[in-house]
Amino acid sequence: MALAQSRTTRRLYRRRDGRLVAGVAAGLSDHLGVDVLLLRVGFVVTIVLGGLGVLLYGAFWAVVPQTPEDSPRTNPTPRGQLIAFAALALAMLVIAQLIGFGAGLLWPAAIAVSGGAVLWRQADESRRESWRRLTARGARIASTQSRSRTALRYSAGLSLVFAGVVASLVANGSLTEIRHAFLPLTVLLLGLVLVAGPWGLQAVSQLNEERTVRIREQERVELAGRVHDSMLQTLTLIQRRADDPAEVRRLVRRSQREIRGWLYQDTPAEASVKAAVSEMCAEIEDEYRITIDLVTVGDTQATTGSQPLLQALREATINAAKHSGQPTIDVYLEVAASEVVAFVRDRGPGFDPDSVGDDRFGVRESIVARMKRHGGDASIRSTPKSGTEVQLTLPVRPTVDA
Amino acid sequence: MTPRVRVVLVDDHSLVRSGVKAELAGRVDVVGEAADIAQAIACIASTRPDVVLLDVHLPSGTGDEVIAAIAPEHPAIRFLALSVSDAAEDVIRVIRAGARGYVTKSISASDLADAIQRVAGGDAVFSPRLAGFVLDSFTAPPAPVAEPDELDSLTPREREVLQLIARGYTYKESAEELYVSVKTIETHVSAVLRKLQLSNRRELTRWASERRLLP
Repeated sequence: MALAQSRTTRRLYRRRDGRLVAGVAAGLSDHLGVDVLLLRVGFVVTIVLGGLGVLLYGAFWAVVPQTPEDSPRTNPTPRGQLIAFAALALAMLVIAQLIGFGAGLLWPAAIAVSGGAVLWRQADESRRESWRRLTARGARIASTQSRSRTALRYSAGLSLVFAGVVASLVANGSLTEIRHAFLPLTVLLLGLVLVAGPWGLQAVSQLNEERTVRIREQERVELAGRVHDSMLQTLTLIQRRADDPAEVRRLVRRSQREIRGWLYQDTPAEASVKAAVSEMCAEIEDEYRITIDLVTVGDTQATTGSQPLLQALREATINAAKHSGQPTIDVYLEVAASEVVAFVRDRGPGFDPDSVGDDRFGVRESIVARMKRHGGDASIRSTPKSGTEVQLTLPVRPTVDA
Repeated sequence: MTPRVRVVLVDDHSLVRSGVKAELAGRVDVVGEAADIAQAIACIASTRPDVVLLDVHLPSGTGDEVIAAIAPEHPAIRFLALSVSDAAEDVIRVIRAGARGYVTKSISASDLADAIQRVAGGDAVFSPRLAGFVLDSFTAPPAPVAEPDELDSLTPREREVLQLIARGYTYKESAEELYVSVKTIETHVSAVLRKLQLSNRRELTRWASERRLLP
């Protein structure tokens, strides 16, 4: 791990976690192996002594990217960050006083700078947000709350900058002059938009196009991977096992299940009774090389309450798979409001449930006794003509909170 | 001897068509084949078969478009949906368009021939899976509407019959189970089919599309 890290070119990143202002000092400390406190003190000292630190810090902030990993946010408390910002602002004020900024300009400048800082930080935040959205493919986590907060921060930053600029102009007494310059300035801006507009639009659409192509390519690679893993592998296996019809059938069945799963996204909700039964049937199909025609009606959360029925159903299905000698078994599960009912049916030779010896532990203990113990019921009908059908019933008890 | 049922096969895969045709040889008369919607409409209009075996998915559309184009002019032609598709939405759509049944391509040759005969005779053919879909869609309690419609719910007997079919019973076995005639079972299944096609129960379509959206 450490070796791999040292081999890849080490890049300077701004830290997302453990940062006070923008993560520059923390990032530098990671990169240089110097204690972060030392760097922070260095920045503060250079800021106070002539303001070089501000330029340095600003340059780092602008140029150095944030760490791409989305590490859990372990930032210092908001209060710590606030103090850091306040100290920074105070230092800048002191410098400005020293340089001899007019008192009239000082406060507007401070306001504009703090507005700028808010905007820059928000830009960091937004980039991370979009990055996160890209990784969580498909899952659009556009929480309106965070979006409105983003908008709020942007507008707050913008108005701070605007207020600062206006205030400085007012203090300078140059607002009236600006008013005279307003019209020419607007005309100039409009002209710029006219000239650069088409080019800008083209650039944006090109960017979008490139992104679409990239996304398509990604999807294609993913699909190719799936086709390879499932179909190609299965076909190869089938070719090799062509002399074993049962095995071939099993492979085909499994491949069908997988493909169906992607095509129709018919994978039931996780931890539901339906999901549990589908998975159970798939396992039994694989193990006993039979086909199970599963039909389910309704669905519910799989709870400990439904476990006895699922276990008995597994037992009954395995029995049918083992003893019926038939290639196909029908399993039906219906989740109703008051009870869960399951049927397992085969068209095998049938057997007499009463004559089953005590050694056949399966039927008596795992199916009948288990269902009765949990307030349910199990009945077995078997005739040589129509095969065997096991019926399991389990009343749904209102979930009791422990 | 009654004349054999005349069948048109509509499927975009020639492999499937030739396979089904070979399986049905001697049981029904395959009088035409088509690979897409336009071909199917032309072929059905010119050959006037008794039954159209219709793939749910066709290039450039779905099977229900063929039914929509043919049914108004040729009400006597029956449709049987044949598919590997398990998407409830697609199956319900083609049934609601007017197909008289739905079977999967894994069906055995003799069962398929039986299903074709049944559909030709005006009955409905429900596979266990379709019975499950229907039970599922009618189980959700209907939204309160101004006029409750008898089309919006199944009778207890109809539920019983559908449940037996979903459990893997044939019509004959279901009849024996319920001590009624096969004809009665057919009547019940046809009634369910009618409800499925005529009910404007919004849940039906909503249910089908929601099923598909499940994560």
